[in-house]
Amino acid sequence: MAAPVDPLQPPTDAGKARPPKAGPTASVTPKRSSGASDAIFFIVMGGLSACFVLLILLLLAADLRFTTFADFQAALLKPEIQAAFRLTILTCTTAAILSLWVATPFGYLLSRYKFPGRWLIDTIVDIPMVLPPLVLGLSLLILFHLPFGDWKLESWLREDVGFPVTYRWPAVVLAQFSVSCAFAIRTMRVTFDQINPRAEDVARTLGCSRGQAFLQIALPQAWRGMLAAGTIAWARALGEFGPILVFAGSTRFKTEVLSTSVFLEFSVGQLDAAVAVSLLMVAMAVVVLLVLRGLGTGMAT
Amino acid sequence: MIELRNVTIRAGNYRLEKISFRVEAGQYAAIMGVTGIGKTTILEAVCGLRRIESGNIFIGDIDVTHWSPADRKLGYVPQDLALFPTMTVREHLEFAMRLRRTVSQQREARVAELSKLLNITPLLNRKVAKLSGGEAQRVALGRALSFQPSALLLDEPLSALDSATRTAMQELLRDVNRQMGVAVLHITHNEQEAAAVSDVCIRLTRVQPHEALQITAAPTRRGYGEPG
Repeated sequence: MAAPVDPLQPPTDAGKARPPKAGPTASVTPKRSSGASDAIFFIVMGGLSACFVLLILLLLAADLRFTTFADFQAALLKPEIQAAFRLTILTCTTAAILSLWVATPFGYLLSRYKFPGRWLIDTIVDIPMVLPPLVLGLSLLILFHLPFGDWKLESWLREDVGFPVTYRWPAVVLAQFSVSCAFAIRTMRVTFDQINPRAEDVARTLGCSRGQAFLQIALPQAWRGMLAAGTIAWARALGEFGPILVFAGSTRFKTEVLSTSVFLEFSVGQLDAAVAVSLLMVAMAVVVLLVLRGLGTGMAT
Repeated sequence: MIELRNVTIRAGNYRLEKISFRVEAGQYAAIMGVTGIGKTTILEAVCGLRRIESGNIFIGDIDVTHWSPADRKLGYVPQDLALFPTMTVREHLEFAMRLRRTVSQQREARVAELSKLLNITPLLNRKVAKLSGGEAQRVALGRALSFQPSALLLDEPLSALDSATRTAMQELLRDVNRQMGVAVLHITHNEQEAAAVSDVCIRLTRVQPHEALQITAAPTRRGYGEPG
């Protein structure tokens, strides 16, 4: 093959000596490839992705195959399971709302402002996501019972405030909140990153304070992200188990939530009931995921 | 009147040093210079969105160097317009007046006046997402003018327009400048546009990347022709 001649280049001496022939240089006729490489691409990429989808589907199928509708119904009619269901809904919702209250301003600050130590704050937010759940629960327990001289947080809450936390429902909420808030903050940060800060700048030239620009310009644009963050926080709270077990215990009718129900039923050999509760949680998770999809934010990760 | 005295701005890894110029009340100034020389940065500093390292900025003989953007009362139209996606055109025009708690009668009168001037009356109840480039620019201009600012800062406001709309908008800007007596700082890349609208042209040049910025202000043809 002769080297292609660039028509924009001034002719060189070599070019003068040997003028380009019309033949090989002009032969740029398109040639269709077999398409085999495309096929391999899709088979490899699709095949690997399918493995994971298959795994999840098989897990769900196995659960369904294991239990019967009668078992499922029987388990759900148990008063302790119903109490756990109610407590789960209440605590998850409380944790999600609290998370959103913290995550919206926090995400906004992280997205809009550069301040010294921001990388540190950013890293601290990620800690609950990577920490083993049991460690988080243990840390909460220790924090509430560590004596500072004569003073203990839990004793102070119990005696002076009249609101004991450990081994009660507030402990469930706090354990859920510690993890779900981290996810909500991440989501809100991405949300505000995607909102053009220039609009808030212009609002400030029009007479807004920073607070007014946040409330009147940024927040109305962030509602989708807030719904997504709330849903993610809720779903994380639903799946929370380790910290709840350590920090709130698993007392029937008192601090038992569905994730601890599965563990309790399983540990006393009631596999049917454990699977039935698991399926209930799968159904709840699917509803949450569908809501997320419906919002079309694509920020579920 | 807008005046910059020895203003130094740090922006990322470059620095704009000792910028001084003055635009009188009612004067229309074009700011020209190659891309990346810092025109937008200067405009942001004037409206208070960017902190300056040293020097002073005056608006109408008042030193506003350390004032918040809200207090400076400048109408700013950024290059990307930055309209508010959740609001209608009417809400854009009302926004600054609502913040100032203008009574509703006055507000409505002002919206009617502005929308007529900018020819956007039929758009008042529309959201901004589907506006054309020219419509969006007029809305941004209306929003900046709504609270009767002491000066108007325009960052390539006519860049996205076809030539017919552009000419119409140039006349409009000129009218606004004449009728309302506001000083205008108008960034443009277009010599013809600068000549068509401005009284004075402020040119930013820099021979070498690390040399100090040179600023020359010269009356444009239009400026010679009409009394300032």
